[in-house]
Amino acid sequence: MKSFDVAIIGAGPAGMASAIEATRNGLSVIVLDEQPAPGGQIYRAIETVSDQRAAILGTDYLAGRDLAAAFRNCGATYVSGATVWNIDNGLKINYSRAGLGSDQISATSLVIATGAIERPTPMPGWTLPGVTTAGALQILLKAHGAVNDDVVLVGSGPLLYLVATQMLTARYAPRAIVETTPAGRLIKAARHLPRALTAFSYLRKGLAMKRKLHKSGIPFYANARAVAIEGTTTAQAVIFQSGGKSHRIETTAVALHQGVIPNQQITRLLRCEHDWNANQHCFVPRLDAFFQTTVENIYVAGDGAGIGGAVSAALRGRLVALRIAEKQGKDTIARQNDVLKKLKADQAIRPFLETLYAPSPENLLPADDVMVCRCEEITAGQIRHAVDLGAPGPNQVKSYLRCGMGPCQGRMCGPTVTQIIADHRKKEVGEIDYYRIRPPLKPLALAELAAIESEPTRHTPL
Amino acid sequence: MNNRLSADLLVIGAGIHGCSAALHAAKRGMSVIVIEKDTAGRHASGVNAGGVRRLGRLFPEIPISDRSMKIWNNIGDLLDDDCGFQKSPQIKVAENQAELEKHRERVRKLNEMGFHHETILSRSELQAHLPAVSDHCVGGLASLEDGFALPYQTTFAFQRKAIELGVRFYENTRAQKIRRDGTDWHVITDNGTFSGRNILNCAGAWAGEFTRQLGEPAPVEPIAPMMIVTSRMPRFCNAVVGATGRPLSFKQMQNGTVVIGGGLRGIADPATNASHMLFEKLRQTAQTAIAIFPIMQKAAIVRSWSGIEGRMPDDMPVIGPSSIHENAFHAFGFSAHGFQMGPGVGELMAELIATGKTNSPIEPFRISRFTNSC
Amino acid sequence: MFKRVQTDISNPVSIEFEGQKIDVEQGETVAAALMLAGKRKFQESAVSHAGRGPFCLMGVCFECLVEINGTPNRQACMILAEDGMKIRIQKAAIEETDR
Repeated sequence: MKSFDVAIIGAGPAGMASAIEATRNGLSVIVLDEQPAPGGQIYRAIETVSDQRAAILGTDYLAGRDLAAAFRNCGATYVSGATVWNIDNGLKINYSRAGLGSDQISATSLVIATGAIERPTPMPGWTLPGVTTAGALQILLKAHGAVNDDVVLVGSGPLLYLVATQMLTARYAPRAIVETTPAGRLIKAARHLPRALTAFSYLRKGLAMKRKLHKSGIPFYANARAVAIEGTTTAQAVIFQSGGKSHRIETTAVALHQGVIPNQQITRLLRCEHDWNANQHCFVPRLDAFFQTTVENIYVAGDGAGIGGAVSAALRGRLVALRIAEKQGKDTIARQNDVLKKLKADQAIRPFLETLYAPSPENLLPADDVMVCRCEEITAGQIRHAVDLGAPGPNQVKSYLRCGMGPCQGRMCGPTVTQIIADHRKKEVGEIDYYRIRPPLKPLALAELAAIESEPTRHTPL
Repeated sequence: MNNRLSADLLVIGAGIHGCSAALHAAKRGMSVIVIEKDTAGRHASGVNAGGVRRLGRLFPEIPISDRSMKIWNNIGDLLDDDCGFQKSPQIKVAENQAELEKHRERVRKLNEMGFHHETILSRSELQAHLPAVSDHCVGGLASLEDGFALPYQTTFAFQRKAIELGVRFYENTRAQKIRRDGTDWHVITDNGTFSGRNILNCAGAWAGEFTRQLGEPAPVEPIAPMMIVTSRMPRFCNAVVGATGRPLSFKQMQNGTVVIGGGLRGIADPATNASHMLFEKLRQTAQTAIAIFPIMQKAAIVRSWSGIEGRMPDDMPVIGPSSIHENAFHAFGFSAHGFQMGPGVGELMAELIATGKTNSPIEPFRISRFTNSC
Repeated sequence: MFKRVQTDISNPVSIEFEGQKIDVEQGETVAAALMLAGKRKFQESAVSHAGRGPFCLMGVCFECLVEINGTPNRQACMILAEDGMKIRIQKAAIEETDR
């Protein structure tokens, strides 16, 4: 089994920046990433994107080009198409190579750079074919130059407007934008404006996007409530209330978005402590100033450490690598301070965005008949009933109802299940906690397990 | 004394044995408090493989297992919850003639003892029960009237019915010290002190500490039997299947998922409630499953897990009264095969505590078998 | 309907979906290729057997599971289309034996 100073999971901005900085400081590095090429979701297909597509995607996206090029040249061992399915507490990592069998490596330090996932968006009809996340539309555009000419965007958050703008640039405007941000959010967010102004370029870009969208004539519905998707076998229409009226828009495709949350599968697997972040409405691993988790030598960089965006992700990646190098005897303090300063400046916009685009209440606490666990088809009402019977938390509800036991392993229902239980028991969300995550992190062929190396594990003392 | 914190019986541990004993004691009119450091069914009771099995039991366990089976067969009447219990054959597959001969020998002995629930399956009978079984399997040992259930649903149902009958559960309450004061037992916890006339130690992997405090230490080893479950598969197996010469327990649930266990152990860390999987070992389980059911070549594992369980050196539980103290009792150390016995052991413990005796033969499970040799 | 911003396929790869031949661009994931061909239902849900299709396209939701060359449970959004791939809608498992 090969071993490395640092293993980095994920080759998005955080993972790439971390690898560059770590190798620069003489550390041996392996980067394991599930995608066929570096970039993560934010810079997806950055190395191969055509000029035409690049023009649609914009300059923030293209900033990933230099990073990817530097990453390619940094000397880290890079394994693409690698699905990590287990990490034990001795930092031995098992990963599957796209149906070609499993390998294992070990590392002294682990950098989890698995980024964010889109917050689950439970609502009536959200399981119908034709309904995707807004992020999915963007992935199709980045990686495949695919745009849908018949789609309604529903939800809230910067990504929703970015996708709409990119579609507009590609000359396939969305049919409508149904914004679920409740009225009055802007006033609430205004108190964060002074700090946000220090990150003026973000504000300016955001305003420019919204201006462009408003000028485009795309139908725009504000403060939408009671949103549902209709259809028998596929999506046929979006219905909702807005401006005191009921609306129904026929469409074959609906894209949902309620912001993004840290992908916590690996930190949960490794039993790192997590805290509820009430501003971001999600669990975030408990980290020290240098993004180390509560487990020694395990770090989280990027959006997995709390949503901060692509620029911060790369900065965090660098910081983590500098810290690991420092622990191994390199003098990196000056550079660490420099990165910390930049990080602080880049985060100035966040409180404003978090308040303005907090997920809509009906998304966080769906009605009883809404399906929450898509795999096992468990509704919010069933979860509330299990709580009424006495199931105190997500793990008991999971054992009782099977929610979270399907192939997605709870990724699509976990946040909602915790939120529903907390609300129903009138407890703080942080007190209710989350599913225990067990390996494999992604479904694994039994035949592949039967064929793994039999090299005995480094037995970790208890 | 604070009345809220006192009862006729204090049970330590809300696994299936603690919950079942509490329920049965309440049915006999006793007031009961159950003290649980986590939540009911958090460990082995809630996350075992769910086998409701008489097949292959150690001989001394068979009478209690039989008693339990009678309760299982009408579990819905007792608990108002079907516990996901399904009657199903339990079959131990023999992969060669030597293994089959071992089974024949066992059946001969059982018959001599008057037990007739286990029978030999010929190769063709095995294939009739298990059409997907590999051709190399030569026969098997079966108990056709056994079954399986959903472990968490079952333990939770025992807890809920017990609560309905007046049992008080204190969860997230860790028993620290047991002490006797006159005729009363006191259990000091991080959440107050509880008092009661009788005390029952159902603390599973954590039971050893209480036996030590009672002056009759029993060597309980915390173990972490590893299990895996696959995504849904076409229905191909209607029995709970084990192998003979290698560890395997295998069943396809009603929903099509396949649960595979068999006793290979990960690492148990009872101090932190953690259990760690050892995939280098589980690989053997995967190989065995594929060897016996070739269709498993296409299976995908969705999850693995382990519940911390208490194992005794002779793989037999401790069931019965304390060897030293009056009104103190034990039911722990079921060594990864206690789930089926839960309903029956709870019933007999309640009987024993309430009346001072039981008709079930519990002598082989006495705690003094360890203390005498210590 | 999904469309390619670039109009023509430059490096075609031929796959089969439910017996229908589809030309796709090399480097496209199976999910993207099928969506561009107008396909929306990829699998039947395990419990109610309702149709499901790609949702997240980044390997998280497991809604795009298909059967590829006889192997079930393949994530269409994570697998690149290859010449000659035979793809089928993943049926709910229990039903399978009834047919």
